[in-house]
Amino acid sequence: MQLKILMLGWELPPHNSGGLGVACYQLSKALASYGVQIDFVLPSTTKPHEGVDFMNVLPVTACQEQHKDVYKLSYANKDITSIKTIQADYKKFVEQYLKTHETPHVIHAHDWLTLEAGVHAKKISGVPLVAHVHATEFDRSGGGYGNPFIHEVEQHGLLMADRIIAVSDYTKRLIVQTYHIPPEKIDVVHNSFALDKLSPAERISYRYLDMLKKDGTSIVAAVGRLTLQKGLMQFLDAAAKAYYRYNRLAFVVAGSGEQRDELIARAAELGIAEQVIFTGFVRGTAWRQLYEIADMFVMSSISEPFGITALEAAAHGTPVVMTHQSGVAEVLTHSLKYDYWDTDRLADIMVNIASSHGLREAIAANASSQLTRLSWTQMAERCLNVYHGMTRGAAHA
Amino acid sequence: MRDIVLYLQMHQPKRIRPYSIFDIGERHDYFDSYDQHTDNRVIFNKVAHKSYHPMIALLKRLVDDVPNFSVNLGLSGVFLEQCEEYDPALLRAIKELVATGKVELAAETYFHSLAFFYSQFEFEKQVAMHTEALERHFGITPTVFRNTELAYNNDLGRWAEESGYKAVLTEGWDPVLNWRSSHYLYAPMNATKTALFLKDYRLSDDLAFRFSNRQWTEWPLTFEKYKNWIDALPEEEKLINLFMDFETFGEHQWADTGIFDFVEDFFRSWCASDNRAVTFTEALAAHPVHDAIDMPGTVTWADNERDLSAWTGNAMQQEAVNALYSLEDSVLRTGDDELIRDWRLLQTSDHLYYLSTKWFDDGNVHAYFSPYSSPYDGFLCYLNAIRDIRYRVFEHGERGLPGRG
Repeated sequence: MQLKILMLGWELPPHNSGGLGVACYQLSKALASYGVQIDFVLPSTTKPHEGVDFMNVLPVTACQEQHKDVYKLSYANKDITSIKTIQADYKKFVEQYLKTHETPHVIHAHDWLTLEAGVHAKKISGVPLVAHVHATEFDRSGGGYGNPFIHEVEQHGLLMADRIIAVSDYTKRLIVQTYHIPPEKIDVVHNSFALDKLSPAERISYRYLDMLKKDGTSIVAAVGRLTLQKGLMQFLDAAAKAYYRYNRLAFVVAGSGEQRDELIARAAELGIAEQVIFTGFVRGTAWRQLYEIADMFVMSSISEPFGITALEAAAHGTPVVMTHQSGVAEVLTHSLKYDYWDTDRLADIMVNIASSHGLREAIAANASSQLTRLSWTQMAERCLNVYHGMTRGAAHA
Repeated sequence: MRDIVLYLQMHQPKRIRPYSIFDIGERHDYFDSYDQHTDNRVIFNKVAHKSYHPMIALLKRLVDDVPNFSVNLGLSGVFLEQCEEYDPALLRAIKELVATGKVELAAETYFHSLAFFYSQFEFEKQVAMHTEALERHFGITPTVFRNTELAYNNDLGRWAEESGYKAVLTEGWDPVLNWRSSHYLYAPMNATKTALFLKDYRLSDDLAFRFSNRQWTEWPLTFEKYKNWIDALPEEEKLINLFMDFETFGEHQWADTGIFDFVEDFFRSWCASDNRAVTFTEALAAHPVHDAIDMPGTVTWADNERDLSAWTGNAMQQEAVNALYSLEDSVLRTGDDELIRDWRLLQTSDHLYYLSTKWFDDGNVHAYFSPYSSPYDGFLCYLNAIRDIRYRVFEHGERGLPGRG
């Protein structure tokens, strides 16, 4: 029997703004290699998703006219009305789908954006629902309560789901604490990562950074959306402390987001404006090249359900520093960790990595051998176990 | 009739507290109390309670009751210092045990260091300091040498012979022994006055590592079974060298595993016949030197590799040890006793061991024996302490920069 899964997603690369799209893409691809048939619903029809031949991508056409880049909406959380409209269209689309297509064995919904549609689909079809939590509203709001509307959707969806997949033990704990979901209902399936090797022709150069490096300056990179969740204000405070101890340091903050102006102002206030380079949003080659140039990668998140970027940086041989409040810390033990508020400790770590070749080499060598043991195939297998558990349960009932 | 040479090593490092770049130049209290993981007094008292006190008392019973039972101890200088400061009653108990005359003490480096491989001058200084400590506390001048971690090579054998030691201890590692058995007395290459005791790592590790392991096919190990293994050895193999950490008893193998009863029952039963448990000196008198052993490469008692890689194998460890010994001349030239002492305390091999990444991996984190949450954390503390040493040297008007030999 071929397993048929209706996946409810929000974004896929290259039209994505973060790890959610990458994880959905890689997981589906690995599941397909196990013969799983996947219909993947997307709220956007920006372009046919190139290279996706292992599943059917079903665009919610109604969304197209309203918002070309719906995924950008979701992170800002600002334009709730627009999101609600899209979600309503999404729900309608799924309802229509269930009427016209062969009934799937499992509905797999990714994050709160698709949860309402998932719950609705479960209600009308009786197909079991798995809710895959890549992030909670608690993470997105940087440790706060967040938007009450989203909070409610999330809680309702998680209560209604038959099973929940969390991307880390950290996220599982958060779901249990915040939404009072029984821990037995939650499986942890860590993300993996896939490294796209750079060909020499693709290389671009960050001339200014190269010059600094030749001069003995170490580059600290932070990559991500410039939002409260990423803990970049604390990162800048630590950067200043480190810089006043050891002045051969430069900090690259790559990404865009609503906190950008505030961060630029903060760097100036701290007197390190010249040492902090804001690159704006980077993707593709420029983004991967940054991992290579950096002498260390800092993930300063206040709450990070997983954090695929940490694995990508490690795969480029770059030592990773991350907060204890990060799910990826559970799989990348060869790294340095700190609490997001402990700016003294982060400064200490940055100076030590910058000034010790031995430390950089030891972390990089051990981390890369640890990474070879992670794979999306492994992740797909765990996911399959969850599906099988659910379909067996349905057969008995 | 067979002889067992039981040698137990007592040692505790002075652990470095979480020490950050913001402490450098501000305070030099690397070894002071800060958190429970690195609090040397707390750790010492815990181990003393679980292991040192009960095991010393057990050994005292054995030497008092059993005429042909003697034991050999190694007491590092950093152990003796902490013992004196944190648990004077324990030091008194050890002294009473030694005073029976049935305990031989081995010479070693005061700071439990690997100085032999980095600085001949520093090494000899630390050996002298240790001998002086044994003379002061016990009135004993040691004549048998044991280097830190049983690390040995031909050069150490030559040094021991030139320095007048009657014997050196090391690992009886098969690739070095080839067809030979560790159950004889050997000698270093070209030595005429110095012998070599080789550890029987199988029988030693049965107690030190495997005793409480329920996955081990021989679990549970009874003293009768253990004695049968030795009795079954070829008739002519008459010397069994059991070397292990003293902390095996009560700390590595907890009391509830039955390790204390095992060791007491075993030696009472062993010595009930014409077998003996002897001191190094007694063994040297009773057993002829069988052969000379060539060990050009360094052998230790650690891991499957039996080399120094657990201490100096990765890039962090190499950087740390190079930074440490590159400071030697400039530190000694300051004549600042406190500074010199702190620098020497940083030489204790445990600090380097904590930086090993060999066992630090997914699923294996709990097997990792260290006060730090990762080897990288340990490195931060260690290197910051080294930087502070450099800062203090600099304050003395010296150039404490790396590379200055």
